[in-house]
This record gives sequence, structure tokens and C-alpha cells, in this order.
Amino acid sequence: MKLDILYFAWVRERVGKSQEAVDTNAKTAGDLVDELILRDAGYAAAFSDLSAICVAIDQELGDFTTLLKDCREVAFFPPMTGG
Amino acid sequence: MAARVQEAPFDFSAEVVAFQADVQNAGAVVTFTGVVRDDSGCLDHMFIEHYPAMTEAALQKFALQAMEKFGLEDALVIHRYGVLAPGEAIMMVATAARHRKDAFAGADYLMDYLKSRAPFWKKEVSKDHTEWVASKTQDEVALAAWSEAPKS
Repeated sequence: MKLDILYFAWVRERVGKSQEAVDTNAKTAGDLVDELILRDAGYAAAFSDLSAICVAIDQELGDFTTLLKDCREVAFFPPMTGG
Repeated sequence: MAARVQEAPFDFSAEVVAFQADVQNAGAVVTFTGVVRDDSGCLDHMFIEHYPAMTEAALQKFALQAMEKFGLEDALVIHRYGVLAPGEAIMMVATAARHRKDAFAGADYLMDYLKSRAPFWKKEVSKDHTEWVASKTQDEVALAAWSEAPKS
């Protein structure tokens, strides 16, 4: 399955990019993280504490157990600080 | 209802006049403005990042939720991104209702959602220090309180 991954704020800084296209067999957002952290230390640092990271799947907030079936875009970012 | 995400400054006075002129039957208009604060005295600027594909839809959703929950006549949200100097307005909300309690509560509810559910991230940039603003536990507590509160 091909999908785009977006990173924001310090997750983006640690990963070292804001966006990338991947081909993955991950079933959930958590599976996708498991694949990413094997790549290099930047990903491992970004995802070292999952309790500090939020997930959006096709622009809707989800969590690490949310299924990725048919999704096109997954975003990882720290807790939001709007307002 | 309108929700806008923009880099440029907004004219608060003109926005409020236009908002109020559009509302037919409101006895109360409440506004809130968020401003860049400089607690350390050495903040150079604040950088606000957002998730373009998601932001405006999220703001519209929260504004509609507030309108429904408090029976508002109208709601407006404007939120900026990019580089903002201390003292600059980051965002504003305006709510209109027949009575003031609903207008206040609607604005408060909207702010609580914008704080921790709208995809913005603030970074404080000083001369020799840069730090992403951390979310606060109290913001999550405030948000949870809306689902526990009895219906008004």
C-alpha cells in the first residue's frame, strides 16, 4: 500500500523531513511506526516516546491502533498547541 | 460561521464590526484574542506551524460544534501561522448568541478545543534559545470537563 507520511514540529525536526511517500504493509499506525524506527536513529529518536505523539489518518485524529486500510495520508506530530 | 487560517495579520476591529453586522438576532457578542506573550523578556518571535490540509476543516468543525452545543447565532475563528512578534495577535474567536452566558460559554468551549485539538504547533525563538511550546495537562482537563458537564 502506497501512502504519504507527514511530520510536524519536533517530530519533523527529528525525522529530518516534512513529508515522504512510502510503500508499506503496515496494518495500523503503530505498525508503520515499527517499520520507520528500524530505518535510522532520527526516526528512533522521534518515536522514542509514543505517549508524546499524536496521529492523524487522512486528516482525522486517530491513534496507534487505527487501521490504515485504504488511507492515503498519515501524519505524526506532538500534542497540538493552538490558541 | 467562518473559520480562516492565514499568515497575514487580521484587523480585529473590522472583523468584529462585520461579524456583528451579519448577525440578525443576537443580544450578545463575545470576542477573545490570543496574543504572543514574552515571559522571559528575550523572545525574538514565535513561529507557528500548522497542518494545512487539516487545519481549516478542524476549525470549522469546532465552530459548528460550539454553535450547536450553545445555540449560537454565529461564530468566527481566525488563526494565524508563520512568524509572529511579541504583542502580535495570534488568533481570535467571536461568538454571537441571544444571551451572554451562551456567548461566553461558546467562546470558552471553542478556545479549549483550539488549544489542544487544532493542528497548530508553537515554537518560541529567542536569541540563544529555541523551544517548542509543550502542551499543558490543564488544557486536557479543561477539554474533558466539557464532556462531563451537564447539558446547559
